[in-house]
Amino acid sequence: MTAEAMSPLKIVPMVPKVVSPAPEAPEMATLAGQAETDREVEPAVRVRGLTVAYGSTPGIKSIDLDLPERSVTALIGPSGCGKSTFLRALNRMNELFQGVATAGEVLVRWDGQFQNIYAPGVDLVELRKRVGMVFQRPNPFPKSIFENVVYGPRHHGVSNRALLAEAAEEALHQAALWDEVKDKLNAPAAALSGGQQQRLCIARALAVRPDVILMDEPTASLDPISTGKIEDLLGKLSKDYTIVIVTHNLQQAARVSHKTAFFLNGELIEAAPTLQMMTNPRDRRTENYVTGRFG
Amino acid sequence: MSALNTGRTAVPTQTGVGAAVRTRLRGRRRDTGAIWRGLFFASAIFLVISIAAILVMVGRQAAALFTQVRPLAFLFGRVWAPEHGLYGALPFLVGSLAATGLALLIGVPLGLAGAIYLAKLATPRAQRVMRPAIELLAGIPSVVYGWVGLTALVPFIRRHSGHVTGFGLLAAGVVLAVMVLPTFISLAEDALRAVPQDIEHGSLALGTTRWQTIAHVLIPAAWPGIAAAGILSMARAIGETMAVQMVLGNSPVIPAGLIVPASTLTSEIVLEMGSTPQGSPANNALFAMGLLLLLISLGLIIAVRATRKEATAGVRQAH
Amino acid sequence: MSAKRIDQIARWTVTAAAGLILLVLGYILGSVLINGLPVLSWHFLTSRSSNLEPGGGISMQIFNTIYIVTLSMLIAVPIGLGAGVYLAEYARPGRLTSLIRLATESLASVPSIVFGLFGMIVFANAAGLGFSRLGGAATLAILNLPLIVRVSEEAIRAVPADLRHASLALGATKEQTIFSAVLPAAVGRLATGVTLAAGRALGESAVLIATAGMSSPRYLTFDPLASGETLAVHLWAVNAENSLSDAARIANGTAAFLILAMLAVSLGIGWFARRLDRRLAGQG
Ligand SMILES: Nc1ncnc2c1ncn2[C@@H]1O[C@H](COP(=O)(O)OP(=O)(O)OP(=O)(O)O)[C@@H](O)[C@H]1O
Ligand SMILES: [Mg+2]
Repeated sequence: MTAEAMSPLKIVPMVPKVVSPAPEAPEMATLAGQAETDREVEPAVRVRGLTVAYGSTPGIKSIDLDLPERSVTALIGPSGCGKSTFLRALNRMNELFQGVATAGEVLVRWDGQFQNIYAPGVDLVELRKRVGMVFQRPNPFPKSIFENVVYGPRHHGVSNRALLAEAAEEALHQAALWDEVKDKLNAPAAALSGGQQQRLCIARALAVRPDVILMDEPTASLDPISTGKIEDLLGKLSKDYTIVIVTHNLQQAARVSHKTAFFLNGELIEAAPTLQMMTNPRDRRTENYVTGRFG
Repeated sequence: MSALNTGRTAVPTQTGVGAAVRTRLRGRRRDTGAIWRGLFFASAIFLVISIAAILVMVGRQAAALFTQVRPLAFLFGRVWAPEHGLYGALPFLVGSLAATGLALLIGVPLGLAGAIYLAKLATPRAQRVMRPAIELLAGIPSVVYGWVGLTALVPFIRRHSGHVTGFGLLAAGVVLAVMVLPTFISLAEDALRAVPQDIEHGSLALGTTRWQTIAHVLIPAAWPGIAAAGILSMARAIGETMAVQMVLGNSPVIPAGLIVPASTLTSEIVLEMGSTPQGSPANNALFAMGLLLLLISLGLIIAVRATRKEATAGVRQAH
Repeated sequence: MSAKRIDQIARWTVTAAAGLILLVLGYILGSVLINGLPVLSWHFLTSRSSNLEPGGGISMQIFNTIYIVTLSMLIAVPIGLGAGVYLAEYARPGRLTSLIRLATESLASVPSIVFGLFGMIVFANAAGLGFSRLGGAATLAILNLPLIVRVSEEAIRAVPADLRHASLALGATKEQTIFSAVLPAAVGRLATGVTLAAGRALGESAVLIATAGMSSPRYLTFDPLASGETLAVHLWAVNAENSLSDAARIANGTAAFLILAMLAVSLGIGWFARRLDRRLAGQG
């Protein structure tokens, strides 16, 4: 594998995808993953035997899962089943909570090699530059729109004003927010609508140029129109980034994801291409959940 | 490459800005964090050093006195006459305790009423008046309290009591009572508000009046917090200097009444500290009084911590 | 007497007590302003005080007060904020943290006159500064530290965890997160707390009498080693020395000026608080 091929910024996907149906036509109940149903996609992250416990409360138990590169993996399951816990384990954000214990391995492709992020000596800052995160509620910093976007680059040593401006423009374009904010980059981020704020948070994560982006119910606090915009965005971003999204909305999982993983009570019940999960799950519990007969 | 790029402004490229930023992003960072962590920690440790330094420096001067004067002769000596080698601090200690006691006697009932009013009776509008008022009361400099005491309260007491001057513990007690009100009210109000609503509702649901609930349920439940408010008010009163000094009349004898000139530990220190040479027994005696004040204050803080533990234990039980 | 009647009387008593508290405040503010405002002429505010003849003003005391309060905040705010950051962001439960907290609480309970004694031997005598603005400001800074530590810690803790996580998830280090995400979000509360501390420093006198002294330099100077009598100390000193025929006039004017300054500080705090509310509402 050449260095160039490893870059998530490269335009040509390593494994060419069949272009998924335009996300602007959701009535097609598009299954973005259909093209990949029966094809191996190189994983960007391999999770092996991952267990997380909050003190005596079990969070997730012994999870094995591959996250395919440059595609969207959806995590679904009832409330409290451990989706967020799993997600936060992928960039070690769980450790910000008291009394968390983690076991197992999360292998992230890191400069061409799989690197266990729980190995001793791993630099959390470097990890989080590679594995970014977008939260359930938009949480812009109390700063201007521009300062929010360049927050990452600034702290990672970019101080050239022109470079920052270009980086900001690029990230805002990628997050489909540029046209809405280009005339008010210095306005406070708090003045944006909730949906715009969430796209700003996505732009902010993109500006760090991660390989993987984790999103925990990124549309849960948004209206349908903003949700639609973000879903469109996911389709575009998946050409360059490995995305993991937690969602309670099965239609959303179907619309945006290539692969879906179903969690229940801290365990991974089943993971498969989204089309298969939605139409023909192997496990009865999955079937009950996706057909709405759950619980 | 460029062909693929057309129409896709958003997609980063391997060359140009994207690559430049990217290279920097993945570069090594200089870690100034350790320096900052050290500075934060040093600041926190500075607090420990400060209190230790105060104890040591004040204690050292006080110890110098005790090489010449027996501690008991200092603590219980009734005569303060440095010119005759007599360093009895009892008059000041009695004055401090009496002024503080009087202040609490007046201030606590008034403050408790204020706290109950704010926590349970006041309309939002009344609260909007009371709260800033209490903050202002807390913000008035103690010399201004002293000045008003001196020009209004002392003459008032003189006129209505028939005493010669009007100076004395009564004036000091009244001034101190007003000065501790903000401390007491805000802490007592917090304690009252911290009582879980269901306890109160439980009582009201039994058909008791509002006042019965306040007196028999709310105040007992908030008692540890109210006690802590009282202790902190006491600490504030016993350490208060300027206002007290201005209305006391400053006579270094055990006062025979409430409306005769008296002195406290603080008032004596402020009067004498500029006029006694450093290292002289008279100067060291002031440090011994300071040490006494310091120990009393620290004792009160430990008492507050004990009541606070009790308060949290009480809340845990209530749940 | 019926329970209902007792209830009525008790409520009435409590309300009357609250009214009495307002009356006391009104009386203090009213009497100080009524007696003092007429004294506050331009001449009074801009001329120097005199120990010998009547007709003096308070210009040097105003200058000294601003100088000493500012200097003391310059010393206390960085240390207090640093300690607040440490307690809010780094301190783990344990002996050392308990010790720091105990020290902070103890320091807060030390009577200001004891700080005065401490400053006198440490700065005026041992360090050889004599009566100096620097010594006064340094002592005042230590006196104010516990308050600043407390408000800083509270302000930092009030910042939502979300914001910290967002910053860390972008690969910022903990210290970068503190400076770029946490402190900017806490700035409203921090400003309120710092203003509160400045207001307290403004009226403090017992610490300053034997550290900054009761006199002013002959000429306007920024020398930190010059002595500097503040307004509050002046109000006390003109009474204590009582050598002037117009001591009462000067005291009235000084008291009124101090009260006006305090009101200005309170308004400043209110302004910060309202701004903060608005900002929080804006973030909704
Ligand atoms: N910070 C925490 N401290 C203690 N326990 C936690 C914490 N976070 C999560 N848990 C527990 O771990 C389990 C999994 O929680 P998690 O938040 O991962 O679920 P989830 O699938 O994301 O739920 P939801 O759909 O409601 O977001 C739950 O039992 C929860 O109570
Ligand atoms: Mg969740």
